[in-house]
Amino acid sequence: MKKKKCVAMLLAGGQGTRLYALTSGTPKPAVSFGAKYRIIDFPLANCTNSGIDTVGILTQYQPLILNEYIGTGEPWDLDRTYGGVHMLPPYQAKKGGEWYKGTANAIYQNLHFLNEFDSEHVLVLSGDHIYKMDYSAMLAEHIEHNADCTISVIDVDEKEASRFGIMDFDAGKRITSFEEKPKNPKSNHASMGIYIFKKDVLVSELIADENNPASSKDFGKNVIPTMLKEGKRMFAYSFKGYWKDVGTVASLWEANMDLLGETPVLGLSDSNHKIYSRNAPLPPTFIGESAEVDNCVMTTGCEIYGKVKNSVIGEGVVIGEGSVVEDSVIMTNSVIGKNVTIRYGMVDENVTVGDGAVLGDDKSSRERITLVGRGNNLAAGTIVASGEIID
Amino acid sequence: MKTLGVIFSNIHDKEINELTGKRTLASIPFGGRYRLIDFALSNMVNSGITKVGVITKMNYQSLMDHLGSGKHWDLSRKNGGLMMLPPYGASDRSLYKSRFDAICGIETFLKRSDEDYVVMSDCDAVCNFNFGDVLQKHIENHADITVIVRKVKADSLEKRMRTSVRYDADMRVNKVVNSDKLTGEKKLFTNMLVVTRSFLLRLIENAQDWGYSSFSRDVLVRGCGEHRIFAYEYDGYFASVDSLANYYACSLELLDKKKRDELFYKDGANIYTKVRDSAPCRMIGNAKVSNSLIADGCVIEGTVSNSILFRGVKVAKGAVISDSIVFQDTEVGEDTNLHCVIADKAVRVLGGRTLSGYQTHPYFIAKGTVI
Repeated sequence: MKKKKCVAMLLAGGQGTRLYALTSGTPKPAVSFGAKYRIIDFPLANCTNSGIDTVGILTQYQPLILNEYIGTGEPWDLDRTYGGVHMLPPYQAKKGGEWYKGTANAIYQNLHFLNEFDSEHVLVLSGDHIYKMDYSAMLAEHIEHNADCTISVIDVDEKEASRFGIMDFDAGKRITSFEEKPKNPKSNHASMGIYIFKKDVLVSELIADENNPASSKDFGKNVIPTMLKEGKRMFAYSFKGYWKDVGTVASLWEANMDLLGETPVLGLSDSNHKIYSRNAPLPPTFIGESAEVDNCVMTTGCEIYGKVKNSVIGEGVVIGEGSVVEDSVIMTNSVIGKNVTIRYGMVDENVTVGDGAVLGDDKSSRERITLVGRGNNLAAGTIVASGEIID
Repeated sequence: MKTLGVIFSNIHDKEINELTGKRTLASIPFGGRYRLIDFALSNMVNSGITKVGVITKMNYQSLMDHLGSGKHWDLSRKNGGLMMLPPYGASDRSLYKSRFDAICGIETFLKRSDEDYVVMSDCDAVCNFNFGDVLQKHIENHADITVIVRKVKADSLEKRMRTSVRYDADMRVNKVVNSDKLTGEKKLFTNMLVVTRSFLLRLIENAQDWGYSSFSRDVLVRGCGEHRIFAYEYDGYFASVDSLANYYACSLELLDKKKRDELFYKDGANIYTKVRDSAPCRMIGNAKVSNSLIADGCVIEGTVSNSILFRGVKVAKGAVISDSIVFQDTEVGEDTNLHCVIADKAVRVLGGRTLSGYQTHPYFIAKGTVI
């Protein structure tokens, strides 16, 4: 069988605790985003659009919704005879089994998968970022540099830098230092958590890391710094464009808001880089006689009778007459009754909000988002304060 | 019970020649994101039919593009699934001229199938219909053919050849009339029927001996005393798309929630279509939208009322669209007014134009036109 040039390993097992109620029953990559997507659609569509047709998805925390969503991989064109999408949960082996102990260990436990496809390079991705990227350009640079490892880098705000893996590189892009979440960052070149490794190098590094009892089996904390110390050929790939870590309620809300406006910060209409997703077989959205829509993004199957402003409305959402939804994100199949007010709210999937309920108050803001978790039923007249979380 | 589906994609092409210039009737866009064939296909799939033949004749490229492998209807199968049945080009045979001819043309397909019953449908029927019950009745009646009919006040219909059916208390059909002058309440044939496969093969084999060449004239009108033909009444939502005016009226009916619910959500049965992965629609600037269906990929900066916008329609600032149907990827320029218009695919109406039809006579703009 012909060797694959590059296979992708997508880390999708994280709980995403800072998304609170949004990840009570599902891992972060399966959280709804942008009316018709889930976060994982972005790295998957990026793979497809970059010509990478083999993707292992490493799952661990609450994998059921994700498993069902990915299915055969058909929506992303990843249902392939040789390659395609593979779910890789932790498993029980003859010598016992164990949970994934860290990002590096998750891939270590699936070396059999890498060996099966025996690609020249391995692309490691995480499932918690919103961005459109052509990995093939990064791979070309990786090959040109004859790099052991290439790390995708974006310049972030200096105040934010200590949240990321921060690195320095020389004029030839060769990485000279790397620090995971430093207290006093030396630069603002942040790792996007996107790595391309030579497969053979990755395999030996992972085996060494696994045998090191002091290691916490993490790429950013252990594998990357160790490789740098060993003098491996490590290069930075500079990415310019939209990239957002949506690990917190505020950042996820902001990323949704980035879709709004006349020229949105995050545009998704590029027909050469479509974001694929699993589409529900629903009719187009109906906007009623009494409805008002002002700067919103919505997808199929909605029934809108109320007033919606600066908001992102998911598949099959109903917003009743007299209701006002502002600066909010309403996710798939949620039903908002009549005369409901929602300000700075994030309402997860399959939520019912009874007539006259009020979500948010005068103190509502981007820092004080009201969050309602999946499947909740809020009785008529319920009042939920700004910043409150209903799990 | 194992059942085979057969869909006629071209039969009524001539009735809406504006929309069928570059496509089959089956691939006429409908309801904001569908093609007419989606309804017939989804109805069969939702009734548990997993093998469907689509008979084509002419200009079926757009239909092939739409159907692909059939995977969007769950019909990409190892056994059965979607089968395209284009004309078999033998030198001694011309393209089929009638439904009966078309059926004779798929004799091999019918012979090779092992299903006992065949469900047939045209593409002009827009409904959410489950064939389960009519099949059950067909079997109980030991019928050769069961035609699905609906009660219609014929006076309100346009003058056009239609098939009306009369039957006794046991639903056995005793008279079939083809006429363009029907009055009063009639039971009209919906162009959907169930037929026993062995009977269908007998018809084809004996066509010459029996002098059969037309399905409705010979099999239904002449044959109704002889064959066991039964009727099955359907009284749910039904739109028969048989003229441009009718297409327009039926489409805008979908702005009524009750009708929409019956067509798109009845008993949990969905209507499937080809997925295009458009971005969600955006309503920005001073957009005003009311009483309208808006598909994914639209960007609306103007005013839209009582209209249906298909995927990827752009409405510029100051544009006003009312009582109109706008197909995929059409762009409407700044300060342009469209009233009672049907704009086909990829039309560009530049800025400052005013185009208007009338409720009963919508103004039609052909595919790709720049105005």
